[in-house]
Amino acid sequence: MAGVNRLPRGGRIDRAKPVSISFNGQTLSGYAGDTVASLLLANGIHLVGRSFKYHRPRGILSHGSDEPNALLSIDRGPGKIDPNNRATVAEARGGLVTASQNHWPSLNFDVGAINDRLSPIFVAGFYYKTFMWPRRFWDRVYEPNIRAAAGLGKSPDGPDADRYGNRHAHCDVLVVGAGPAGLAAALAASEGGKRIILADEQAEFGGSLLHDVTSTVDGTAAQDWAAQAIAMLKARENVTLLTRTTAFGYYNHNHVAMAERITDHLENAPDHLPRERLWQVRAGAVILATGSHERPLVFADNDRPGIMLAESIRAFVNRYAVAPGRRIVIATSGASAYRAAADAHAAGLAVTVVDIRLEADCGPEVAFVRQKGIDVLTSHTVIAATGRKRVTGLIVAPLGSEGRVGARRTLAADCVGMSGGWTPSVHLFSQSRGKLRFDDAIDAFVPGQSVQAERSAGAARGSYDLADCIADGFAAGDPLTARPRLAATPSLTGFQPVRILPTDADATRVRAFVDFQNDVTAKDIGLAVREGFESVEHVKRYTTTGMATDQGKTSNMNALGLMAGIQGKALPAVGTTTFRPPYTPVTFGTLVGPAKNALFDPARITPIHGWAKEHGAEFENVGLWKRAWYFPQGRETMHEAVARECKAVREGVGIFDASTLGKIEVVGPDAAEFMNRIYINAWTKLKPGACRYGLMLKEDGFIMDDGVVARLAEDRFHVTTTTGGAARVLQHMEDYLQTEWPDLRVFLTSITEQYAVIALQGPKAREVIAPLVSDIDLSGEAFPHMTVRTGFICGVPTRLFRVSFTGELGFEINVPSDHGRAVWEAIYERGRAFGITPYGTETMHVLRAERGFIIVGQETDGTVTPDDVGLGGMIAKAKPDFVGKRSLARPDIVAAGRKQLIGLVTDDPSLVLDEGAQIIDDRHRPVPIKALGHVTSSYWSAACGRSIALALVAGGRERMGETLYVTTPDSFAAARVTAPVFFDEKGARVHA
Amino acid sequence: MLLIPCPYCGERPELEFRCGGEAHIARAADPSAVDDGAWSEFLFSRGNPKGLYAERWNHAHGCQRWFNAIRDTASDRFVESYKMGEKRPLPGGE
Repeated sequence: MAGVNRLPRGGRIDRAKPVSISFNGQTLSGYAGDTVASLLLANGIHLVGRSFKYHRPRGILSHGSDEPNALLSIDRGPGKIDPNNRATVAEARGGLVTASQNHWPSLNFDVGAINDRLSPIFVAGFYYKTFMWPRRFWDRVYEPNIRAAAGLGKSPDGPDADRYGNRHAHCDVLVVGAGPAGLAAALAASEGGKRIILADEQAEFGGSLLHDVTSTVDGTAAQDWAAQAIAMLKARENVTLLTRTTAFGYYNHNHVAMAERITDHLENAPDHLPRERLWQVRAGAVILATGSHERPLVFADNDRPGIMLAESIRAFVNRYAVAPGRRIVIATSGASAYRAAADAHAAGLAVTVVDIRLEADCGPEVAFVRQKGIDVLTSHTVIAATGRKRVTGLIVAPLGSEGRVGARRTLAADCVGMSGGWTPSVHLFSQSRGKLRFDDAIDAFVPGQSVQAERSAGAARGSYDLADCIADGFAAGDPLTARPRLAATPSLTGFQPVRILPTDADATRVRAFVDFQNDVTAKDIGLAVREGFESVEHVKRYTTTGMATDQGKTSNMNALGLMAGIQGKALPAVGTTTFRPPYTPVTFGTLVGPAKNALFDPARITPIHGWAKEHGAEFENVGLWKRAWYFPQGRETMHEAVARECKAVREGVGIFDASTLGKIEVVGPDAAEFMNRIYINAWTKLKPGACRYGLMLKEDGFIMDDGVVARLAEDRFHVTTTTGGAARVLQHMEDYLQTEWPDLRVFLTSITEQYAVIALQGPKAREVIAPLVSDIDLSGEAFPHMTVRTGFICGVPTRLFRVSFTGELGFEINVPSDHGRAVWEAIYERGRAFGITPYGTETMHVLRAERGFIIVGQETDGTVTPDDVGLGGMIAKAKPDFVGKRSLARPDIVAAGRKQLIGLVTDDPSLVLDEGAQIIDDRHRPVPIKALGHVTSSYWSAACGRSIALALVAGGRERMGETLYVTTPDSFAAARVTAPVFFDEKGARVHA
Repeated sequence: MLLIPCPYCGERPELEFRCGGEAHIARAADPSAVDDGAWSEFLFSRGNPKGLYAERWNHAHGCQRWFNAIRDTASDRFVESYKMGEKRPLPGGE
């Protein structure tokens, strides 16, 4: 038998399949079907961790996802280590290496436990009060030390070796939770053929029935009823069943996110399976059958290992066939714990019940267990637990009239089950923005007004009786059909809420824990309220109660009740904190899914990308595009490569991949009118075959985008945009076309991806392409600068633009994308005799800056008008209207002193200014000095033999010849204001 | 994630859409006739009600069409969507 505390019979474990795991280096055995927690308990291990703040020994509190204490590091192999796994959720399987957390040097002997002795110091708000002075200690001493001491587990430092999946799903009804209510709901909802998804966080469906060995439903054992229900659901094609799947987030419009754990429980997981999968479900209706959480009792040292929730004892005994102790004391303020007492007793364990309630207030449960020979002490309080690393007993005392505490006595125990009543799990309901209602009868918040198409059922709605749960599930699943109520064994329900157990001990010395995970005691809550924290949200943050991985599932109601008691308010007046996703911790891997590394973002590549790569290009990201940045040869630096590429274009010929330019075809009888309204330029008189540089504004008058536009025919324009602006411009055009001018007969088509664009620039460009081009007269007279011709290049149809962004004679050769690389290679081959040089975006930037051509987004920033960059002359003043025209007459835009584009040449010609550097007019002014503007572009210019810069400066055009000062990393540099053009000032070279 | 009713395609997830801000703000037929105050009002002033709000939406990753929709800003519930040029269907419109 695996484990000294394994019961000889029963449980849902598979005794034919032994498994062994490692815990802190020790090999322990159990069975398939065990959780790590049940396996540890079977081997007599209760001490599984140290608490967050005081490093107190901690054990296993619960048997499910609400576990605050038993958090382990789990190692499943290289790159597969996770901290803070709940031992009560992690399934035991061979090869699992687990370890406890938050102790040094060992779990058994932890130096940090000194904090427990110093606990009077570490009260709520300790950090806020203590680490204030001196100021210079904040980041040098306090923060590093606090960070080192904080946290429970260690985060892994290597990359995650696992794969994660992602799935979107739609259904008519999503049922969350497959306990009795959820099973009933799924059965009823799926009868008519609707698409149903039933999801449950556990390895098996059944919920609380998995540890209910005594109830019957409809005349059969409850577990058999559940098995039949599951079999029926499995047989229905319209039902999707998901085990090990936690619905953790309930978002707008019935969008529910779920995490499915697929391989963690498999010793030899097939390679094709992801570790976990994120489900994003859009449901017509959602049924929340999420059950309820048991509340601990608050008494001195209630956190000792061996003290757990009463229902958890029942689960360990019945479901896992584990005796969590041999001498069990159940401390309770309600009836349900009597079932745990009876079940433990039936398994042969010694049991005593201590009930805080008066005998008269108790129900039939007392007689029920007394009949079996179990001792019940009613009207008794628990003063404290004894023992340190394992509970050894409970000190109890009778309660007299008016709460007087009588003579103490100690009950020996190696395990204590506590029950302070139940709290419906309303997390998802609350996330759906539903309004909670406080139900006095069960001392709990329950779902009130729904906001989305959702309904809670069963214990999640405060209905704790088994037959009620099933009936509620049927009604939730199919509200239109009345189903006969199934008879079931009456559940033992009802409890008296007790916020803190009465005691005669010195209140200042009592360490009664409310929140186990954050080491928050009842005293801390009291202190926070005394210090003036009234709002529940403030008390939560000040004391940290209800925070961290368990989100206060077990602790919240006790904390709220204590607050209400101290403030003398009714509990609903205190309210509750906001429930936020995720319901339980979700791995980052699940959220990220496959979207990492190469799949993080799509990469857009041009038809010439492969060639550039083969020829050693360095790339830069422009939006999603990968653009060739420069082409280093040998051991060239970027600076050297760019200087060489610039020289080649100015003196010979360079070839550049401009395929990323945005391209839009504007077609239709009203195309010219549309263009007139969208651009500042006039288009009516532009002849087919001619090009024009176009500038586009937003309605506020600021530059939005620019690019060369070719008129191919009366009714057809080939528009180019900036690389980054393509989508934005199309959207902008569509917006005006659809919403402001729907009467215009125009079609807009993105052709960005349809054309590869090869820019051939330099004095020898014409010679290079001459023999390759057919049906186009390339002579300067027939094909002047800023015109477009259609014909063929290398036999491929082309839209051949004679345009230049470099200031040299140049062509932009548009060919269908599929032919892009072949044409590029043909031109390159032909150009070799002329020293053709591929160049990248950096060289393109330098060449255009030498000529003073702006780049939208570099010289402009959304506050720059055409006149600011010296392009006011392009505005077609005769046009009655275009987008942005009216705004150009706004007072601020016609005011003097606007920032204008100028050139800057530094006194030191070798100094290249920083782009973005601030500019002032007098470096001796006292600080703070108001900046006049900033450097927008700055490069080393090989053609000029010095550095050059463009800048936006207030009143810049009035400052020609002035010396201004530009910030450098350590000082200022003097620079002279010039016109924003540094090379070929007349612009003659393009006409060569 | 919201489900947004495109009048052409039906309900689609929010990811497919782009919001264009408040609807029914008319661009003057002759902007040059509008004074500075009214023009800046047109450019920059938008309502921010708690409750029903008419917005422009573009089904950018779908049919690419613009339409208007009434959304409750408090609950994010979409009351109705309608094609460009159609009248706001509910009373209480600006």
